[in-house]
Amino acid sequence: MSDRIFALAVIVVALGYILSATTIQTGFMPDPVGPKLFPYMIGGAAIIAAITILIRPDEEPDWPGAATFGRIALAVVVLVGYAYALKPLGFLIPTAIAAGLLSYQIRPDAWRAALTGLGLSIGLFVIFRFGLGLGLFGFPRSWGIF
Amino acid sequence: MDTLSLLADGFAIALTPGNLMLAVIGCVLGTIIGALPGLGPSNGVAILIPLAFSLGLDATAALVLMTAVYYGAMYGGRISSILLNIPGDEPALMTTLDGYPMARQGRAGDALVLSGVASFVGAFLATLGLMLLAPWLARLAFRFGPAEYFALYILAFSTLGGIASGNQAKALIATCIGLGIAMIGLDNATGMPRFTFGSMQMMDGIDFLVAIVGLFAVTEVFVFIESHGRESALGVKLGRIRVPWSDIRATFTTMLRATGIGFIAGILPGAGASLGSFLAYMGEKAIAKDKSRFGKGDPRGIAAPEAGNNAAAGGALVPMLTLGVPGSGTTAVLLALLMTLNITPGPTLFTDRPDVVWGLIASLLIANIVLLVLNVPLVKLFVKILMVPPSVLLPGVTMISFVGIYSLSGSSFDLLMMIGFGVMGYFFRKLDVPTVPIILGILLGNNMEDSLRRAMVISGGDWTYLFSSPIAIGLWIAAALGFMAPMFLRGVLKRPQAITD
Repeated sequence: MSDRIFALAVIVVALGYILSATTIQTGFMPDPVGPKLFPYMIGGAAIIAAITILIRPDEEPDWPGAATFGRIALAVVVLVGYAYALKPLGFLIPTAIAAGLLSYQIRPDAWRAALTGLGLSIGLFVIFRFGLGLGLFGFPRSWGIF
Repeated sequence: MDTLSLLADGFAIALTPGNLMLAVIGCVLGTIIGALPGLGPSNGVAILIPLAFSLGLDATAALVLMTAVYYGAMYGGRISSILLNIPGDEPALMTTLDGYPMARQGRAGDALVLSGVASFVGAFLATLGLMLLAPWLARLAFRFGPAEYFALYILAFSTLGGIASGNQAKALIATCIGLGIAMIGLDNATGMPRFTFGSMQMMDGIDFLVAIVGLFAVTEVFVFIESHGRESALGVKLGRIRVPWSDIRATFTTMLRATGIGFIAGILPGAGASLGSFLAYMGEKAIAKDKSRFGKGDPRGIAAPEAGNNAAAGGALVPMLTLGVPGSGTTAVLLALLMTLNITPGPTLFTDRPDVVWGLIASLLIANIVLLVLNVPLVKLFVKILMVPPSVLLPGVTMISFVGIYSLSGSSFDLLMMIGFGVMGYFFRKLDVPTVPIILGILLGNNMEDSLRRAMVISGGDWTYLFSSPIAIGLWIAAALGFMAPMFLRGVLKRPQAITD
């Protein structure tokens, strides 16, 4: 079942890809192939492969339960938040929070997770900033330290 | 001899204090990365590329550092195979078969030393092989035109999808995803935007480093969350380390045979180190008179896959350097490194930048000797590293990945894209869709299209031009065989599950 859903998704995306390729503007240079053909070939090959999978899917993979998916989804949210926080808030605070939360997702032990977050945040900052000399900001720039 | 004087120049570059230090640092880092479960040569090298780039190292120095990491990770992979029965990376999978049983019999130290020596023999001889074969292949590659290159790219993808994966259709889809992503951005020939959907951020295309770090490193976090981060516990005691001379003598011919098999497997585009160790182990088992001890701690079962996978690591550098077509996931990552450094691998590399090529070869030879020292007398230090629990390791790896990508572009958009690739990698791993072809597709997509278009310009749109030279025809036949062979050999060659190389 999962394989069939995957194959259908591939077909939809590949059709969209081919459709989008039809709108590519061609150049003025004489070129017997042009910028559209290769994308068409890619889309076509993907559709053929997807049809093969539709006909002969593999065994169902071992999906984790809803709780695990919840934890993974939470981890994704944490990472997205981290991606947005890194620039305005500097390195130290977002890293401590994100690393701590991720650590908690892998092993639910609040104290260890907090220590891991703090340790990784400070340790990595020292390595990146002073060891490797990257131009990282430790705190929000308006604070004026680091 | 020409080769020797070039090699001497290479040593002059590699033996500068700066490069020597980088080689040693790379070896230590690599062994650590290889030993840690869940981190192997490909994702280890991947997360370090942005950092190496941000450091502003010159091309040779960056290459020395990263190939030392690559070789180091190949050596280090065996440590967790032997002590934990968990391969540190996929090529080390075969080493668990005899390594762990031997460790359980109280001979963990012997197994580590023996496999360290086998790694050295494989890697050292393969580097010599690289030295002899690569310049010759580079000269041959001068005769490659666009039609030959197009066939070569097809060969790389079809062997990767055929021999190195369980399901050709899924590998083909993965390849198409990679090629499809490569098309995003401005078209090389016409300068027109393709698949950018009017977004400025898409104009430059998608940076392959973002995809690599996402698929290789971020995915690993999700996999560990699912597995509840089973804390690794050392199941075996490690006593005093001594050198098991009798085992080394007894398995020396095994190592040589395995090196030969591994090297050849490594050269095949798309096959790589996992196949090398697998074939070396199966080959050794097939010719052994007494097979009963295999799987129960036979020294040959340790020597063969370790010599095989390290030889394949060296062999895989041959097509990567001479043709620009990587032989495995990790060499794909090294190709990404070269492209980041603005070095175009291929035959011209050998004539235009001999300093890079020979400096690299010389530092590989040096790295091997450093690694032998690190991995035999000092192996106990690295065993301690296995104690780092995943709940500390994985967040650390994630943060390093974020900082690496962030320091390259400073854009949150790239970070979001990296997370997206990480999520995709997780689902693909569950569905058994290989991710290495995606990387290879992103890396090679534009070159592949260019070679097709140039071939068509030369021939005026005549498709038979693609099959017009003996080299091209040979490559097409090899590609067809590589893709089809597994369909017939599936019963004979039952591979263990492949994840990444």
